[in-house]
Amino acid sequence: MKIPTNFRIVRLPCTGKIDIVHILRAFEKGADGLYVVGCMEGDCHFNQGNFRARKRVEQAAKILDQVGVGGERVKMYNLSSGEGPLFAQYSIEMVNKIKQMGPSPIRLAKQKKATAA
Amino acid sequence: MSEFVSASRLERVMKAGHLGVTSECGPPRGSDAEEVRKKGMLIKDYVDAINVTDNQTAMTRMSSLAACIHLKLLGIEPVLQMVTRDRNRVALQSDILGAASFDIPNMLCLSGDHQSFGDCAKGQNVHDLDSMQLVQTVRHMRDEGKFLGGDDIKRPPKIFVGAAANPFADPFEIRVPRLAKKIACGAEFIQTQCIYNIDKFKEWMRRAVDRGLHEKAFIMAGMTPMKSVGMAKYMKKKVPGMDVPDAIIERLAGVEKGKQAQEGIDICVEHIQQLKEVTGVAGFHIMAIEWEEKVPEIIKRSGLYPRPEL
Amino acid sequence: MIIAEKKPIQEIIEEVQNFDRILILGCNECVTVCEAGGKKEVEVLASALRMYFITQGKEKVISEHTLERQCDHEYLEEIRKNIDDYDAIVSLACGVGVQFAAEKYLTMPLLPGVNTICLGANEDRGLWTERCQACGSCVLARTGGICPVSRCAKRVLNGPCGGSTNGKCELGPDTDCAWQLIVDRLKALDKMDDYEKIAPIKDWSTDRAGGPRTVTREDVKI
Repeated sequence: MKIPTNFRIVRLPCTGKIDIVHILRAFEKGADGLYVVGCMEGDCHFNQGNFRARKRVEQAAKILDQVGVGGERVKMYNLSSGEGPLFAQYSIEMVNKIKQMGPSPIRLAKQKKATAA
Repeated sequence: MSEFVSASRLERVMKAGHLGVTSECGPPRGSDAEEVRKKGMLIKDYVDAINVTDNQTAMTRMSSLAACIHLKLLGIEPVLQMVTRDRNRVALQSDILGAASFDIPNMLCLSGDHQSFGDCAKGQNVHDLDSMQLVQTVRHMRDEGKFLGGDDIKRPPKIFVGAAANPFADPFEIRVPRLAKKIACGAEFIQTQCIYNIDKFKEWMRRAVDRGLHEKAFIMAGMTPMKSVGMAKYMKKKVPGMDVPDAIIERLAGVEKGKQAQEGIDICVEHIQQLKEVTGVAGFHIMAIEWEEKVPEIIKRSGLYPRPEL
Repeated sequence: MIIAEKKPIQEIIEEVQNFDRILILGCNECVTVCEAGGKKEVEVLASALRMYFITQGKEKVISEHTLERQCDHEYLEEIRKNIDDYDAIVSLACGVGVQFAAEKYLTMPLLPGVNTICLGANEDRGLWTERCQACGSCVLARTGGICPVSRCAKRVLNGPCGGSTNGKCELGPDTDCAWQLIVDRLKALDKMDDYEKIAPIKDWSTDRAGGPRTVTREDVKI
């Protein structure tokens, strides 16, 4: 199973380090999708980091829905650090979903603006 | 000096040592006075006075004062119920004078259900005074002859003033201190929330009698007949401050649907018979909301008819 | 502190529809603590608004800034030097801050970004509850430190009313009966005798009813 190559990995010491604004800024800059991959719930090395991350991902999804970008474009997954194949599977799932959804309206708008200029 | 504070028949009946009997009528959700008169005429010979509720459960209705006036003009003695939810102290005193101008001789002071229960959940509430302070206000206007602001009242009201008590609300341990407080504020008669848990009521009454409260105010036991097991269940679950023992629900459930109403009336009559024997019970307040036609039967079967001649 | 809640984004979108250059102005005090209008909330709102207007094909310039407070002259002055960069300001401060800013920048549309809810405390993570109604004449000494004006739905001063059930208000299981709390506290303080003291009719003239309130301290003025 090959991991798709059309996504960028941003590494953090814990998913609890994510703020809602980090997710939103990625979409503001034209990302089509974003997924947050954290430890199994209950196994967070920093106790509740992944729970906080889940709540923030949910909030960000809500906001993305409200502004017309689409909350389905952001999602949280949980797995343990040794589960390489599962990571690959989730990556493929996410990439396929985003491909199906099409480019983000932000990216489309930016492209349109660029060609009009 | 007259020993009576008002022209109230209710006051005279209870001060003469008889059990007082009152019932209740709710004004209509419209301006047809005939509805008030009809209810009044149905029960007037069976009671000493009729309470008129004040926008009960915060549902907007014809004002209690107006309905009381309609009854008074028919020769029926009303008890004006006044809640503090909807009026500030200016309006409260003003309405008291309005009532007194028609010689309405009885008043019951209450806080009132929160407006979120009614049809104007988005409205403000007032609560400038609470129910105890309203009792104090009526007494002040009557006995000192003055407004709260200090000026003299021309022709002060002569009103027999009462308050409500709920032996079943929480916390139980302060229910009798609360009764004591209302009486200390000047309440001369008390009408309780409707009673289904006879044992709990008896305990409350015992504590009240221990403190001699039954000698300072006339305590009238509230009674409401159940129409059906559905009503009993609803009251148990959904009405705040209500205590309906499971035994009552089981008894109603054990009877076929068409006969439950009669069973409910039977229970009510049995309870009244029991409570007549309890020290400190000075009378009964029968609330048969939208079922006023059953009040005569209840009062007759409880041995409370005819009403005493004075 | 003052507790506020973010306004729904749809409302803010409508407020700013007709402006092109908008400043989202946060406050570092109360609204930061209740996570409604601090620096983080400013960033999130600005990003969300930018994205919304991009998807609508109407790009706007949305700037972000957070002041220490918006209820003191000195801090609000800090934005004066750039004030001409904006057509409108969405202030995430409480109602006080929005108004104080509006008074300072007379020709600048000042729009509220939060709904100011109450004076309250942070009871638990994510839970803020009302404690004070600013009635102007505090009775807490007589009620065991629990306020019947702000915590009783009927502000009964000689309570509880007949609707108190299992320690909860007749409004519902989410609302504590203030008088149950007061009775419990009086018991704990061994002051149950205070319960039967009759609380007098309240002077509400120091409350909102008496008109907008002012506190003047001659001893502090220069």
